[in-house]
Formats: sequence, C-alpha cells, structure tokens
Amino acid sequence: MLGWFKKKFGKKEEQIPAPDQEHLDQTEPDQAEPSLTGDISLEPPPLILEDTQEPPASIEPLPQTSSFSDLPKKEASPGKKSSSMFQRLSERLTKTKESLVYRIDTLFLGKKEIDKELLDDLEEILITADLGINTVQELLDEARRKLKRKELSDPQTLKKVLKEKIRSFITESDRPAELVMPDKGPFIIMVVGVNGVGKTTTIGKITHKFTNAGQSVLLVAADTFRAAAVAQLKIWGERNNVQVVSQHEGADPSSVVYDAMDIALAKNYDVVIVDTAGRLHTQVNLMEELKKIKRVIGKKIADAPHEVMLILDATTGQNAISQAKLFNATVDITGLTLTKLDGTAKGGIVVNICRELKIPIRFIGIGEQLEDLRDFDPNEFVEALFQEKEGR
Amino acid sequence: MFENLTDRLEGVFKKLRGHGKLTEENIQDAMGEVRMALLEADVNFNVVKQFIATVTEKAVGVEVSQALSPGQQIIKIVHEELVALLGGNTEQIRLDGRQPVIIMMAGLQGSGKTTTSGKLARMLKEKGRRPYLVPADVYRPAAIEQLQILGGKIDVPVHPSTTETKPVDICRQAVAVARAKNYDTLIIDTAGRLHVDELLMGELKEIQAAIRPSEVLFVADAMTGQDAVTVAGKFNEDLEITGVVLTKMEGDARGGAALSIKNVTGKPIKFTGVGEGLDALEIFHPDRTASRILGMGDVLTLIEKAEAVVDKKKADKLINKLRQNTFTLEDFLDQIQQIKKMGSLEQIMAMIPGINKLKQLKDAPQPNEKELSKTEAIIRSMTRKERHNYAIINTSRRQRIASGSGTDVADVNRVIKSYSTMLKMMQKMRGKPGLITGQKRRKLPKGLRKN
Repeated sequence: MLGWFKKKFGKKEEQIPAPDQEHLDQTEPDQAEPSLTGDISLEPPPLILEDTQEPPASIEPLPQTSSFSDLPKKEASPGKKSSSMFQRLSERLTKTKESLVYRIDTLFLGKKEIDKELLDDLEEILITADLGINTVQELLDEARRKLKRKELSDPQTLKKVLKEKIRSFITESDRPAELVMPDKGPFIIMVVGVNGVGKTTTIGKITHKFTNAGQSVLLVAADTFRAAAVAQLKIWGERNNVQVVSQHEGADPSSVVYDAMDIALAKNYDVVIVDTAGRLHTQVNLMEELKKIKRVIGKKIADAPHEVMLILDATTGQNAISQAKLFNATVDITGLTLTKLDGTAKGGIVVNICRELKIPIRFIGIGEQLEDLRDFDPNEFVEALFQEKEGR
Repeated sequence: MFENLTDRLEGVFKKLRGHGKLTEENIQDAMGEVRMALLEADVNFNVVKQFIATVTEKAVGVEVSQALSPGQQIIKIVHEELVALLGGNTEQIRLDGRQPVIIMMAGLQGSGKTTTSGKLARMLKEKGRRPYLVPADVYRPAAIEQLQILGGKIDVPVHPSTTETKPVDICRQAVAVARAKNYDTLIIDTAGRLHVDELLMGELKEIQAAIRPSEVLFVADAMTGQDAVTVAGKFNEDLEITGVVLTKMEGDARGGAALSIKNVTGKPIKFTGVGEGLDALEIFHPDRTASRILGMGDVLTLIEKAEAVVDKKKADKLINKLRQNTFTLEDFLDQIQQIKKMGSLEQIMAMIPGINKLKQLKDAPQPNEKELSKTEAIIRSMTRKERHNYAIINTSRRQRIASGSGTDVADVNRVIKSYSTMLKMMQKMRGKPGLITGQKRRKLPKGLRKN
C-alpha cells in the first residue's frame, strides 16, 4: 500500500540533494497577506535516503508521552510497516485488555458444523461491527443457500468465504487504489468531512508522512468558520515544521485557497493539503461552498485537486453512507480515511461505502500522535471485523 | 431500502386486515420489519433484541381497533414503547443545590463538547445565570482558544487555562475564581477521550472527585453506530453520568444511538444539538426522536410549526370548504402564502418522512421557491370569477393570465392542472375519518397517517 511513497520517492532521490535548502531560502514571507506561519528553520531530513534502505524498523512501541520534537526518525519511516496495526493497538490498550479482551475466532473453534446458532452469532458480530443489516442479511442468505446446496459445510470454510466476500467489497474500486502524484507541480489534497471526524488531526499526520519522505508540504487553513480551527492547524504546522497559509476567521475559504495555490506554485511545494470546515452533508449551502473551493483550486492548477479525501469516523453508523454519497455527489471523492479505529468501534460501514461508491480506503487513524496513521490493509481490516469483543 | 416503516407494515398486514386479534404468529413478520427499521437506525443489536421482545409481549392479544389497521396498531404500540424508553418526559438540568453549580462535559473526540459548552452557557445566561466557561482540554491543539472565542461571542467569561496546567488543577482554580467573582454556574469542557484510554478516564475521575460536579453530561454524536452502547456504558460506569447531550441532530441520521445510550445508561437525554450556531441547542423530545428512529420523520415538529403559523379561523374555514368541496383557487393562493410563512420550503421538506432519502437522488425535484412565487403571480392575474370557477379558464383567458403574470401559457396550464388534481385528491379523502376534518387527528399516533 505504500507504493505511492516509494514511487515518488525514487523519483525524488536524484533531484533533491538537500530538500531543506529550499525552505531556508524562504526566510521572509513574500507578501503581507495572506499571513504565512510555520517554522522556517526546517530540521534537515537528510537521513531519509538511508532510511529506505534500512531493514524494517523495529517493533518497539512508541513511548506514549513522546513529544513531537524528538520523534525517533525511524519509527514512522514510510515504506515499511513498523508494527502491525494490532500490535500498535494492543500496546495502546494494554490496560483495558482485561475488560475488553479480543476473542479471535472463538466462535468458529470447536464447532463441527454450521448451525442456526452459529449463523445468529455471526449476524450479531457483523451487525455490531456496523456492517448494516442489509449487507449482513445478504451475506448470510448467500451462506444459507450454499449450505442448502451442500456447497458449504464446515465453519472454517464459511468463515473464509465470508471474509473473501467482504474483502472483495472493499477492494473493488474504480479509482486508483493508491495516491497518484502528478508528474509536475504540486500534489493537491483537499480534505472534507462532517464535523468532528478528525480532519485537521489527520492532516497533521499525513503531513508527517510526506515530510518524512522528504517532501515539502504547504498546509491551507480553509476552515475559516469554526472557532480556533486555524490555530489548531497552525499548531500541527509547527509540529511538522511546515508552513500554513491562513487568513482571519470568517474569511472566504475560496479566497484562502486561491492565495495558497499561488504560493504553492511560486515556491514549488511538492504537496499542498487543504483543510476545509466540517459540515453536515445535508447542508446544501455549505456543500455548494465546498464545490466552489474545489473549482477555485482547479482554476489555478489544472487537474487539481488530485485527491479529494473524505474523512469518516469509525464510530459512525449507517449515516456514513449518506455522508459518503452526498460528499461524493458534490466533490467526487477519490479516497477515504477512517479515523478513531483505536476505540472499540469497527467501522464496518465503510464496507458498504466501498461497495456502493467504489472508492478506495487510503489510511486509518489509530491515535492522536503524529505517527498514528496507517496505510489501510484490507486483510487486517476484515480480520478485525470478525473479532468479537468480550466483557460488554 | 429505507421505505417508511408504516408502508412496510401495511404490506405485511395486507392479508390480515379485518382480523380481530394480534397473535404471536401474525405479528412475527411485522416484528421482523420493526427490527430492520431499528437496526437501520443504528439502534444496538442487543437493545433491538430486548425491545422486540418487550413489544411483542405487549402487542399479543391486543384487539385491532376499528379506526386503525393492524399495521398502524403495531406502529402505535412500537412508538409508545419507544417514547417511554427514550424518557417519557423531558428532564431539565439541575441548577439548585450547592452553588456554584458545576456542569462537566465528557465524551469521545469530535462529539461536540466544546460547541455544546458554548451553547449551554448561552442558554443559561439567557435564563439569568452567571456562567463561567472552563476549558480543561489541554491536549487537542487550540481547544482552549476555541472555547475562548466562543465565550467572546456570547459574552461569557472564560477561565484563562493554559496547556501547562494539569486539567484537575485548572478545575480547582476555576472553582476558586468562580467563588471570588460570584459566578454561579461552571461549565467544564474536558478533552475528548476514548473510553478505553484508562489514563485519561482516570483523569476525569480525578476531576470529578476534586470538584464534585452536580451534572456530568455525556456528549454523544447522533450519528454514532453500534458502538454507542460500549462507549456510553464505560463513561457511565466510570463517571456515573447524570445526563446525555445528543449532538449533530440536524443531519439526516436516524439517531438510534439515542435509544442505545438511554438503554445502557438509564440516564435522561437532556439536550440535542441541532446546528453550529450557538443558539442551536434544544430540549430533547422523546416523541419526535422516536418517530425519527422509526423513519417516520419529524411529523410532530411540522404539525407544531404549521399550527403556529396557520390562522386558526382560516384553517377552520378551509376545513369547511374542503368538506363542502368549495376549495377555490383563492384558497389555493391562501395556502401558498401560509406555506411561505412557515419557513423555506427546504426546511419544511426536511421534516417530512422519507424526504431526506428522496433528496439524495440526483434528479429528484428540488423544492423551488421560485415556482411558488410564479404560482402566486399566476393566480393573482386571474379574475375573481376565474378563481372561483377554474372551468371557465379557456385558451384566451390562459393567454391573458400568462402575459399578465409574466409567465408562459404552459406555466398557467401547470398551475391549473395541479389545482385540479388537488381537488380530486380532496374528494377522495373526504369521508375518511381523521384525514381532513382534523377531528380525530390528535388521537392517532404521530406519523401514522398516509397523507
């Protein structure tokens, strides 16, 4: 899944002897407005080239209290998985393990044949994972049919068949499964979603991934509505040592974006990430505003935004479908990120979204730290769906 | 996929119409439909199971009344039970007892605690309280600043917290400040946290022990799915919450989480957040939420709204006219003006069952204020005689009306056609109890009428 990083990275290798040089040149912001913030003295990331050649990073847990300035460089090095999602999760959740033990596949253990009880239990597991009653019934009806025709008999095969089916739902997308960066010019990412799903936090984490790969990133504070949203993005900008384009609260987001595109082009940024205000998908006027922001980006840079990323909260239930549909109808979503998977919610609703809209899932968010963003792994995700939690 | 539960139950009961009693067998399919509706609304799996069992028990043996079809009867029972479970009545927050009163907000990340704190402060200030906002979220970037900005907007003082201070110390200091400055209500905005994060849950317990809030409000997103029970259960277990605030209710989520949370915590839902504006906080209405969970829309709000706008005398007159079949184009015009008074068409549409789903279809007819004004203009361009008897409007009259109202003949035709269809519909409806006369309306469970 990290192919996009490697691809881009390989290309970059020869081109940038010292990517930080560029930043050091920008000692003064060009114009008075929009204001440019962010630490100019970028910590040089010269180690990256070696990083990719290193063997997979160690699995040592990241200290919970790690401050952002002294992150171990290796830990979140892109291009390889430092630790699997579950290792990471269990590290984070050790203390609650006694109360919420994950019981893997106990359901299938010790069962010789598929009976009604097993199917009922399966139904419960899948519905409580927010997979939605209709999809679950469809899956189980098919299983029942196969059972009748004697094509299926033992529980292990049933499990395999179901997992395979669900995996096919989430991997069948008609859009590129990986981020495709343009050959030339900045890679523009526009981040959208309803209120409180974690857009700004996710942007902070994505920025970390890019800067680690030696890319220069420009953040755009187009959430001019919510109180202190700009300040929040600026703090993430500081943590990542990248610049943030912003205007005053209440400014027209399209105007912020317009200026930002100029800056991105003038300063040759590799990646530009636009943070938009959270909005409920049913608010027609706000959705129109989103359309306008996208249009403005496209006017400045043809083909942009290259990625329109919808952020979904894993704790959301069936309403996520409505969110995805309406956002997709408005701005053509190209990728999904599922946040807050470090809780007990499974986020099963994305299965339906992927299935219906055929949009690939890019990342999952599993915490509040800079490095708590993982590439989506369909296999791990499906395994997690089938885990039952105990101690409710 | 999301048809109205009423319609689906009608389908199930087609064969049953006219039969006397509800039995376990004949309501089994109906309960299957109810189960589907609840699960689609994100009510937790186990809560649904329990609910179905209770309702089945209550429904079995009930006589099907003359006025209601079996489907309607089931809905009535389901709806009543749902309202009872959701709270039965609405509960206010407690402001009596030891002063200053301390209200603590808690919940997952992104559930809307900070915004709700601001809204609550505004509401209390309007009630004559002297609220003091206390930002105790030292983790999320700019969370303190966010509350400070909100406080500035509603002119409510905000405690000068810093991210260097421990949340529990912030709260202790804030209580001291409140005493000194004579603020009578503290609203503590804590950081969002996962229920499985023992460290941060411990911090909340510590704050609670230190300042003993009289209200601990669990703030939850109305869009939450099956996991609502786990989260709410854990917060309640750790903090013994006193109430729930359900946010983001202005969206199109069915809000089954409300039932899940109420069921697992047993604590009243006190408020709902219905928008990003600081005045968008409402008292929780169990009956409306029940209709919404069942996918029956917010019919009651619509009725209330209509009642507030529609002139009672005019309405009575209208009913009379409908009865006597003398509904003229003049009355039609009256109706249009009243609809306009109720708010934007879009707002009204949002409250009608099934509409939200309809809106998602790309080429569904969008509510059009312009059309309404056009219709108004056309009727206004008619003579009195024409308005009373549309049959006389011939081609030349149509042309005159079109040019008089600045529209096309086609537009005029459309208005006349929709008016005549309406007349026909009304003729059909006349004679059925509870439909037009309004006499029986109140007795029927909400959202039950099929137009």
